[in-house]
Amino acid sequence: MGTDMSGASILDIQNLAVEIPTDSSTLRAVRNISLELKRGQTLGIVGESGSGKSMTALALMNLLPPAAKRSAACINFDGADLTHATEQELASKIRGQRIGMIFQEPMTSLNPVYSIGRQLRETMTLHRKVSDADAQKRAIYLLEKVGLPDPASRLKQYPHELSGGQRQRVMIAMALMNEPELLIADEPTTALDVTIQAQILHLLQDLQKEFGMSMILITHDLGVVSRAADQIAVMYAGDIVESGKTADVLKNPRHPYTQGLLECIPGYQGAARKRLGAIPGIVPSMTGRISGCAFASRCPRAADVCKTDTPPTRELHPGRYFVCHEPEANAVEKAGAPDLAGVHARPFSGQPVLTVENVSIRFSVRRGLFGKRRPLQALDNVSLTLNKGEVLALVGESGCGKTTLTRSIMGLQQPDTGSVTLNGRHIGQLPPMERARMIQPIFQDPYSSLNPRKTIGEIITKPLAVHKLGARQEQREKARRMMELVGLPLRVFNSYPDQLSGGQRQRAAIARALVLNPEVIICDEPTSALDVSVQAQILNLLLDLRDELDLTYLFVTHDLSVVQHMADRVAVMYLGEIVECGNRDQVMSAPKHPYTHALMNSALSISPGESIPDPGLSGDFPNPMNRPSGCPFHPRCPIANQQCREQAPGPEIIDNTLVQCWKAKTAGSQLKS
Amino acid sequence: MLTFILRRGLMAILVALTVSFGTFALFHYATDPAQTIAGEDAPQEMVDEIRKQYGFDRPAAVQYFDWLGSALTGDFGESYFWKQPVVQLIVDHAPVTITLALASLCVTVLIALPLGISAALKPNSWVDRFALSTAVSAQAIPNFWLGLMLIILLAVTFPIFPVSGDATWRHFVLPSLVLGASSVPAVMRLTRTGLLDVLSSDYIRTARAKGFTGYRLIVQQAMRNALLPIVSVLAVQLGNKLGGSVVTESVFSMNGLGRLAVESIFNSDIPTVQSLILIFVLTFVLLTLAADLINAWLDPRIRMG
Repeated sequence: MGTDMSGASILDIQNLAVEIPTDSSTLRAVRNISLELKRGQTLGIVGESGSGKSMTALALMNLLPPAAKRSAACINFDGADLTHATEQELASKIRGQRIGMIFQEPMTSLNPVYSIGRQLRETMTLHRKVSDADAQKRAIYLLEKVGLPDPASRLKQYPHELSGGQRQRVMIAMALMNEPELLIADEPTTALDVTIQAQILHLLQDLQKEFGMSMILITHDLGVVSRAADQIAVMYAGDIVESGKTADVLKNPRHPYTQGLLECIPGYQGAARKRLGAIPGIVPSMTGRISGCAFASRCPRAADVCKTDTPPTRELHPGRYFVCHEPEANAVEKAGAPDLAGVHARPFSGQPVLTVENVSIRFSVRRGLFGKRRPLQALDNVSLTLNKGEVLALVGESGCGKTTLTRSIMGLQQPDTGSVTLNGRHIGQLPPMERARMIQPIFQDPYSSLNPRKTIGEIITKPLAVHKLGARQEQREKARRMMELVGLPLRVFNSYPDQLSGGQRQRAAIARALVLNPEVIICDEPTSALDVSVQAQILNLLLDLRDELDLTYLFVTHDLSVVQHMADRVAVMYLGEIVECGNRDQVMSAPKHPYTHALMNSALSISPGESIPDPGLSGDFPNPMNRPSGCPFHPRCPIANQQCREQAPGPEIIDNTLVQCWKAKTAGSQLKS
Repeated sequence: MLTFILRRGLMAILVALTVSFGTFALFHYATDPAQTIAGEDAPQEMVDEIRKQYGFDRPAAVQYFDWLGSALTGDFGESYFWKQPVVQLIVDHAPVTITLALASLCVTVLIALPLGISAALKPNSWVDRFALSTAVSAQAIPNFWLGLMLIILLAVTFPIFPVSGDATWRHFVLPSLVLGASSVPAVMRLTRTGLLDVLSSDYIRTARAKGFTGYRLIVQQAMRNALLPIVSVLAVQLGNKLGGSVVTESVFSMNGLGRLAVESIFNSDIPTVQSLILIFVLTFVLLTLAADLINAWLDPRIRMG
């Protein structure tokens, strides 16, 4: 492995392996990887689920699950070898003191029965002889640093009283209590909304500079690493397949997996609507003996030697290497292959299929049995048109009312006022069966949206059976055609959902939605539970199907690169209102509403070397129970004035874009400065 | 916390009232109490006489409130069979049952918690296997059989403890073991799975990453979470022991509430049976209330609703 002699390394790992014995064989979660991190730098470990990136981090601190076995030639942390350190030594000298750690799940990573203050203080008092009062001071100081308003009173609160973003800030403050030399952040922002993600990453970067920390950032998101990491290590199936300086690796990837991964990212290739370069197949499970290259089965360039021999490590220059046989044959040409499918045609009849007019929905929420009922305005005067054949993306942060809107569009939630019409007919007056034939949903989580006790065949034929369409044999025939259409192998017809991979499950969910030939498909975050390489397959499929079957999509997502890739038009929601709606390019590149502006600013495209943007929003997404007066966005808006605080703006059309903002005409120029 | 206590207390009172109504209705509509007192073959005049004498001819609502009012002031009426106030009967029999229940609860806790905790700390080890097999056997062994075996072994063959009765503390040792053992499987399993769940949770991983390990990790981080389900199950088990130790009391000839209940039922002593049921149910209501309050104190999520 390349060892750059310049700069002292804080962490040097050689030949780290993690194996988990299973009933029949051994899962090789991490396979002999070597890593080096220089003091004060950030190393990004990137990979899809199952690549072993989290295991690597846990192995470092020896926090692996009890069954897992770790081996390493050396784990050198600041000159001391941790390989043979006992649990007691690690606990008393390293963990929480010199190496801090932040985990992915902010909702479950804090102890629910103890106050925030206690959890922060004990991190310090456990390791040092400090008084509770001093620890308290440090806790307040750090909570202030991580941007939690009113830190002193936060200390008395319990985790369940905080939002996900706030909890993650507490986690960060907790990891920093003892000024660790190394911070390991395992998917620190994955569960969070984009604006909060940008805030947290921005914060981590600032803190890193201030405290001179080194950092390991583990993520599946290439956009995040491209901006936050100095060095990058790409992991695949337990091995580091490519490594080097971030800009170098991302601009000039050498391993076919890195190249494939980059081609999978919507928007990375430049023009939207180009077919994404999906990596076929799925990550093989690394059990037993592994011969050849683990990526060979999915590699477009694999030669015979790749299947039999372990690939060599090729060092381009010190610190920059990749592990590949480099089969020479037309390497460059094939890498460009996905472009052949070309740009999608965009048939556009422009006829409105679905119209949402002034829909308002108010829930009355009661806490506990005797609590007071309080109103929650889920939707406030929402209007929307969906034209035949178009893809309308609906974006917004959690709690903004996206789900309620889709439910009312599917007729599952009766609006209090306003109407939803489908082909000119009121959705509430359509018989449920007819409505179901015209609108079908595809949900986020294919793990829970398919009945685990039914076979794939039964799941896909079920809608036909419910609607009594055709004889049993015809139904099964139709289901098979659907499976072919969505690219599901027919052999899974009699399989159960848990025997399928995530991507296959989502394909089954799509087949189930399409089997009734609906006109409108509501896609509710259809790819956010999937890995990027699989996401690319599904996005390609959805666009192909739209062209083939003349479908209309309402595409709910929080991922702006997906919006950029898929949408014709974009609607932005905030606190139950559509604050901006218009053409994709207009909304995304010249946003008129300050919230859209912040949202677009927070999107982390892959741009090595560029810094993490500050979304410029103050505060957190408000609790929908306490809607601010006037314009609901004014407490976070950087350009709000007296009028915004007192009066709610109405919808206004500017350059074909609908905006709800008092300062829409001038916002653009004001925000840029 | 105060509002939680008030709310939860109000619920308990509602439950208690419903139950009192149920018990009352059960005896006054399912049977003819006058006929029962008079005997199957008694002449009609005598039945009518009794009905009048005991006030069974008044409207049901009046009878209910009369009964409830008396019960609230501690007057449970007079036993038909023993011809003395029910309160006196209960006061006489309760100490044995309460002592037995508390002693057996200690037995349960002393066996089940250490066993469950050590099993959870080392899953699939020999401790774990031993604990699980203990649980399975304890569940399979009937109460009375274990009682008889213990009598044969520790009272007859090796006369360490007395065979039966409730005179001294020595009399309580064997029955407490028997009654305590019956709750061990449930409590042990819950302790084990509860603690295993907690130990594999994300916040314990966080605590370990902060530097907690060993005793501190278990006691200062995991225990409070693991205790929540245990508190609830212990309350139910204690309730069972206070109300349902009929078999154990019979095997060891102890004169507790269980025996009193059985004899009252055999002798159709309605006021006594009715009062006992009410007391058993109220015990349960109070115990679950106590468990909920303890859990609310332990867990802020419950406390703040």
